[in-house]
Amino acid sequence: MKVTFWGTRGSLASPGSDTARYGGNTSCVSVEGPEKTLLILDAGTGIRNLGQSLPASLSKVHILLTHLHMDHIQGLPFFTPLRSQGVEIHVWGPASTTLGLEARLQKYLSPPLFPVSVRELASEIHFHELPAHLIEIGEFVIKAQLIIHPNPTIGYRIQHASAAITYLPDHEPALGGRTFPSDKSWTSGYMLAEGSDLLIHDTQYTEEEYKARIGFGHSSIEHAFQFANLCDVKHFVPFHHDPTHNDDQLDRIFEATLKNLKPPYLVTPSREGMSLQVV
Amino acid sequence: MIEKTRFSIHPESTDNLKSHLYNAYQENPTQGKRTMPQQEIEVILARHLAEYLAMPIFIVNPAGDLIFYNEPAEAILGTRYTETGIMPATEWSTIFHPMDQERRPLPPDELPLMIALSKRHPAHKLFWIEGLDGVLREIEVTAFPLVGQADRFLGAIAIFWENPK
Repeated sequence: MKVTFWGTRGSLASPGSDTARYGGNTSCVSVEGPEKTLLILDAGTGIRNLGQSLPASLSKVHILLTHLHMDHIQGLPFFTPLRSQGVEIHVWGPASTTLGLEARLQKYLSPPLFPVSVRELASEIHFHELPAHLIEIGEFVIKAQLIIHPNPTIGYRIQHASAAITYLPDHEPALGGRTFPSDKSWTSGYMLAEGSDLLIHDTQYTEEEYKARIGFGHSSIEHAFQFANLCDVKHFVPFHHDPTHNDDQLDRIFEATLKNLKPPYLVTPSREGMSLQVV
Repeated sequence: MIEKTRFSIHPESTDNLKSHLYNAYQENPTQGKRTMPQQEIEVILARHLAEYLAMPIFIVNPAGDLIFYNEPAEAILGTRYTETGIMPATEWSTIFHPMDQERRPLPPDELPLMIALSKRHPAHKLFWIEGLDGVLREIEVTAFPLVGQADRFLGAIAIFWENPK
């Protein structure tokens, strides 16, 4: 599986010379399978560049949304294939208790927030509501499960053969949990991330920042590393960088964290444009 | 292994959910090995809330197993959660000897928690229990079913109110 990071920033796009290395676009990751099935994880502003990189011959794509906060859907109407006739687009994501996925997305894709509605897009769009127990898309088997983050939010475990990628971009497993990070049965996201070859996980806040933002739905960097430890992952990719953290700060933060925690797994902080192979 | 354009969905049925919660161990379909189950997210959040509340609270899974009770509830059961872990319904429902007004033993299926579980609607009842100290206590119990996103039935929660008289 080829994993490419098109947007690594959380909350708000933060373009600029001081964020160029880690990237300023919001959450978007593509996963391409050996049989060329393409999955897109979230539709933050990073999806615009991804859309422009796809061949004109593209006939089908699956977009898996974790939740509908703006930093995860803002790029959707700028995804070129949505405006192309003959392209089949499957959008997967959470409904709420009262509104379906399409109706929830329409709130953004309609005036006054956006001038073009879903009905006016040229592509053929299909909506699929989650969580479902398991989804099979092409060569992938995907588990979708609710995780701790405000409003219904889904985490994904994407498996091909024996290799697994887990994507938990917005996740606060330590919220209220007196047993975190020791009790697997009572830890949000554990079933998804257990033994993953690659874990992409929220590392939005420093420890100091987290103290003032408990309940916002994001992890401190230390909590995220502890979660990766608990889940016995092989490779950890810190993700969803806070928009106030510039490149130099992120360098210092991750360097200090690695020195302090000495994790037993490989760590590669996510950067826009970075690609990884998972086999 | 699967043709490129195919996809299929396997909804989480009640049966799947039950088996997920019933078993101490379960098969994780994407991981191909038996692992300790993770509780559903709504149940995890319910436990977190219960841990911070002063009222005694029980949380049971769809099978009726007591999967969590908080510190105030430990006083009712006379046991500690960290020592017992998950308790089957046959064990926890008799441990505090529930009795009706005539001091006759109350069958487990008449307890509000079991009613909330079996009928999936709220239940409230006043009854007596005998504590470990041998003292009879009048208590009221409010129980309600726990229904998660996408109408997933996850079990039930009971709150105990001890009457001071």
